[in-house]
Amino acid sequence: MTDQKTPCPSGGCEASSSAGGSRRKFLGAATAAMAAALTGCGTISKEEFLQHNFKELSKDEVLSVIDRLEKEYKAKYGKEVKVANTPPIPGVIFGYALDLSRCIGCRRCVYACVKENNQSRDPQIQWIRVLQMDKEEGVNLQHADQYYNPEEVPEEGHFYMPVQCQQCKKPPCTKVCPVGATWREKDGIVVVDYNWCIGCRYCMAACPYGARHFNWGEPNLPADEVNPKTHYLGNRPRPKGVVEKCTFCIQRTRNGRYPACVEICPTGSRKFGNLLDKDSEIRYILENKRVFKFKEDLNTQPNFFYFYGV
Amino acid sequence: MFTLRNFSGFISDTLRLVTKGGRLYYAWVGFLLLLIAIGAGAYIGQLNNGLIVTKMRDQVSWGFYIGNFTFLVGVAAAAIMLVIPAYVYDWEPIKEITILGEMLAISALIMCLGFVMVDIGRPDRFWHIIPLVGRLNWPQSMLAWDVIVLNLYLLLNWFVVTYLLFCAYTERHYVKKLVLPLVLLSIPMAVSIHTVTAYLYNGLAARPFWNSAILAPRFLASAFCSGPAILLILLQVLRKTTKLSIKDEAIFKIAELMAYTMGFNLFLTAAEAFKELYSGTEHMVYFQYLLFGLKGHTTLVPYAWASILCGLAAFILFLVPRTRTNWVTLNIGCVLIYASVYIEKGMGLIIPGLTPDVLGEIYVYRPSLTEIAVAAGIFATGFLVFTLMLKAAVPMMLGEFTITKGRSPKQAPPQQA
Repeated sequence: MTDQKTPCPSGGCEASSSAGGSRRKFLGAATAAMAAALTGCGTISKEEFLQHNFKELSKDEVLSVIDRLEKEYKAKYGKEVKVANTPPIPGVIFGYALDLSRCIGCRRCVYACVKENNQSRDPQIQWIRVLQMDKEEGVNLQHADQYYNPEEVPEEGHFYMPVQCQQCKKPPCTKVCPVGATWREKDGIVVVDYNWCIGCRYCMAACPYGARHFNWGEPNLPADEVNPKTHYLGNRPRPKGVVEKCTFCIQRTRNGRYPACVEICPTGSRKFGNLLDKDSEIRYILENKRVFKFKEDLNTQPNFFYFYGV
Repeated sequence: MFTLRNFSGFISDTLRLVTKGGRLYYAWVGFLLLLIAIGAGAYIGQLNNGLIVTKMRDQVSWGFYIGNFTFLVGVAAAAIMLVIPAYVYDWEPIKEITILGEMLAISALIMCLGFVMVDIGRPDRFWHIIPLVGRLNWPQSMLAWDVIVLNLYLLLNWFVVTYLLFCAYTERHYVKKLVLPLVLLSIPMAVSIHTVTAYLYNGLAARPFWNSAILAPRFLASAFCSGPAILLILLQVLRKTTKLSIKDEAIFKIAELMAYTMGFNLFLTAAEAFKELYSGTEHMVYFQYLLFGLKGHTTLVPYAWASILCGLAAFILFLVPRTRTNWVTLNIGCVLIYASVYIEKGMGLIIPGLTPDVLGEIYVYRPSLTEIAVAAGIFATGFLVFTLMLKAAVPMMLGEFTITKGRSPKQAPPQQA
């Protein structure tokens, strides 16, 4: 929780606007001044204030936005941070399967995710929440504990159920967003435009999985821990006052890599792949194992599955 | 042209009216301004540090602000409790005072918009929600619907109030063909603002406490209890402090209507509680948290029962004709029902909706000092708007202050044709 004002990046607040549509001009500089007043200190640039929804930006505009962000991050963290804009791979819809019979609740996935995805360390944000459940109760949320802290895991009589964004085919969170700041991409990943989100938190109320997290304070990300390989819709550092969530490590998976949580898992409980590829491991699991979807009755149709491997 | 010139006279005379008053008036306005200053100070702190200065967290992501917002939408909707008997049943005694209900609606809506504004994490991006300029996700998002209906209802009430007062000011009779359709339109509009606000919660399958078909009817029933309760007290104050004549029968008629809505409200609450508690599914935990506490957490329990008991007591006081027409018991009833609905439609709606959270965690939410200070500032703003409107409206409604009467001798009236 810090209240330190970062200096205005890239030439300060008076930097002139790049070319833009008529709607941008319509807003004008007066509104930018209002924004400065509203954010309390005037640390956002006019370009940032006037930036439009990511889906409405032209290719050139996207490039100039990315250029601006990279300069801002460099000024803030003192190192090169790459912001990619890799599009979905045609013919790919990502799917995830988690083996409940193997997970031991070690939370290595939680911390690998925090590191990979540049989450705020203080206030602490974690996209994966591991629930410790009573074996006698089964998957019963009224008997779930997220704050278990024994010497050793797994604990007798318990099993573990990590929960993160289920990348629903019918996401209730994107439907409710009043400004269209969050949507489902063609490869099934639900993303947030952190520069368009107004922070109303309606999506958090709508999500049945607690997968969405809000930057209640200024996110605190130590410069030496910044992961410089980022994606605009994924793990780039976020501002305060916006919602963020798991993106299946969009910055990795769109380049053919596994998500960080899959890579780190010491028990091999986490499986990931292309649902459209008949020969993929994920398809094998769906076709041959006992699989269930979390809160299936809500008809959110997750692309995240739980299964019992043994 | 004359209309335009008269209108600018109307505006400047209104400003003159609201800036001149007795010592009590200045003290009241000063007190409200002080509260607004405190709220503004707290809000600046929130802007600088983020919403972390509130007690909201990921588990309980909406709290005191959205609770107050929801309650006040109900107050705004309640203006039509005056419109229906006045215009639909053509009941004269209430007709003169419907404008007060509309002014109450305007003030309540301003507070509603204020509470939404302080709740969002990026108020600098407020323009994203403006249709055409930003990107309003209509018709998918219920919040987009809410933005539209709340603003339309505000505009409608603002127009009717301004027009009626302007007619009184210029000593003309209002054009019935213009006013009547607008006033009648305000009836479905009022229903819609509260219905849409209920749907905001209602449509979330992730939150079983809200995902109930009778949520919108419950919203309406409770709104038609609490809103008129404010009006009843206000009408009594006004007829004591001004020359405004408000007949007893008008007040008693509203009280009678309230008795019906209170009975209906209690019935709907009981229906909901029965369904949850008797069937006893896993969805019962939210009701349990509200009414009995869960796993040792009993923060809401005293408030929940206070709300139920106040609601029952008020219903009895309003149902029995003798207590309904006795000023002491009537006013006690008003305070009781107001308190009851404030709890039920504020924190009593939001907090159990989010507790336990979707992963079963219980996070005990209590508003922080910042939240209380900011809320006080917004309430003070609403009261201030209402006070200023009343200050100008009452002498105009009484015909004491018009384009030819009541102005100070120094100012010559605008030239008439």
